[in-house]
Amino acid sequence: MSVYLEGVLALMGINILMALSVYAILTTDQLSLGNAGFMAIGAYTSAYLTVKSGVPIFPAIIIGAVAASAFGIIIGVPALRLKGMYLVMATLGFAEMVRTFFLNFEPTGGAYGFRGPSGTTLNMIYGWVLVFLVFFWLLGRSRLGRSLDAVQDDEEVARTMGLDVTLLKVGVFCLGAFIAGVAGGLYAHYMFYIESNNFNFLISAMAVLFVILGGKNTFWGAVVGAIIFSVLPETLRFMKDWRLSLYGALLVSMMIFRPSGIITKQMVRAFADQSEKILRRRND
Amino acid sequence: MLEIKNISKAFGGLRALKKVTFQVPEKQVCGLIGPNGAGKTTLFNLITGILPPTEGSIKYLGSELTRLPANEIAKMGIARTFQNIRLFATMTVMENVMVAQNFRAQATITSLVRFSSAREKRFQEEANTLLKKMGLWEKRREQSVSLAYGEQRRLEIARALALEPRLLLLDEPAAGMNEAETEDLLDRIHEIRNMGKTILLIEHDMDVVMGICDYVHVLNFGELIAQGTPSEIQANEAVIEAYLGREEG
Repeated sequence: MSVYLEGVLALMGINILMALSVYAILTTDQLSLGNAGFMAIGAYTSAYLTVKSGVPIFPAIIIGAVAASAFGIIIGVPALRLKGMYLVMATLGFAEMVRTFFLNFEPTGGAYGFRGPSGTTLNMIYGWVLVFLVFFWLLGRSRLGRSLDAVQDDEEVARTMGLDVTLLKVGVFCLGAFIAGVAGGLYAHYMFYIESNNFNFLISAMAVLFVILGGKNTFWGAVVGAIIFSVLPETLRFMKDWRLSLYGALLVSMMIFRPSGIITKQMVRAFADQSEKILRRRND
Repeated sequence: MLEIKNISKAFGGLRALKKVTFQVPEKQVCGLIGPNGAGKTTLFNLITGILPPTEGSIKYLGSELTRLPANEIAKMGIARTFQNIRLFATMTVMENVMVAQNFRAQATITSLVRFSSAREKRFQEEANTLLKKMGLWEKRREQSVSLAYGEQRRLEIARALALEPRLLLLDEPAAGMNEAETEDLLDRIHEIRNMGKTILLIEHDMDVVMGICDYVHVLNFGELIAQGTPSEIQANEAVIEAYLGREEG
């Protein structure tokens, strides 16, 4: 496999994880524009552990993700009181805070960045992607998944049906931060070098974009959105300098012609019904 | 079973409820009537913990409800329907009912790998029975919002019953229904009552109130103006005045 292709696939996998981290939080109708902050915490924590403390990469990534999810809870609690635009601003502020923290934090290199983490392979990235895909697939079929849908549909009614909405909303923040933390750990050990600007606002915004364009009502939307919008800039290379303009134009037309995203819940359900029918026919 | 004592609720300068006191005894069907804006739905919101009262106390089976979060109150056995239908719009009929079982089914993270246990099957069976009882079983796979109006109202009741409540609050269950649908609804409410549930219901339709209520409380401008059996209420001067106005001269 060429180095180029490997690079595209690796970043695509990390983008899928970032999209899933946004999707997780969005399942309860909370939009986070700060997942680059969780990613940075996972990246710096795991990189510091492998480089300075000699911890193997796998536990280091887990510890980084757990650290990120702890911050997910810290953000998730005040997020309960914020809705829509205000939550977006708060999460954005959080991510910028994390970024400037690492810009000035000397033990992890400060403005010079942090050199040395290595060891991420494609198998490792897609192994994690697979883990979370199975998780979300099971979640979608489970009672817990229905509870999350209920919170998304009508939070107040969900409460009067006995659901602990507070726990669910903080829980998905914790989950989303964990996934972003894993993505950060994998990213750091793939790039050999990280600096605070790797985790800027654009990373958070792109993660949200993948989910909105892919379809925000099913995790398949997040996955497909991340794949398409990771590959698209590469296939548009023949456009040379006009590449990003065309990319932007495609995004705008997507929003106009298919505002619900590429993959919808109905599509997934229809597909599931169809395959069930085919299986049944084969069994008869 | 439910003791409402000196409950007041103010929205800024507007006093929606003024020192309302009444009780709902167990296994009764209690009516709560009154003209628009009398504070009936506000009272439901206070009982179910959606809003905190300005003053007063609400006791259910002897324990105080007024400072509890809505989900804890639901777990204690109080379920409700909504005047402006509020089903979970992205879900099917069946899923709407199953969500209301979730706290009993302990739908935590372990539910991810436990979708075919014996206990789960029992809950499924229970949901099927409920849907049959409310005449919605044939439509269990349809999206909740695609149901006809009357069916949506019945689904709201089915969802509330899935909580296994002891006290059921119905907020204008017959609103917007035609005569045949209302008749059918009355039969079903009788059935629910025979299941041993206590019911408190808000209703405008006098026929419904006369048909099923054991006792009626009348609210007007946030104050309790009358209490009594349906026939007493029908003859009550203050009630007639509140509904129809006083004759001049």
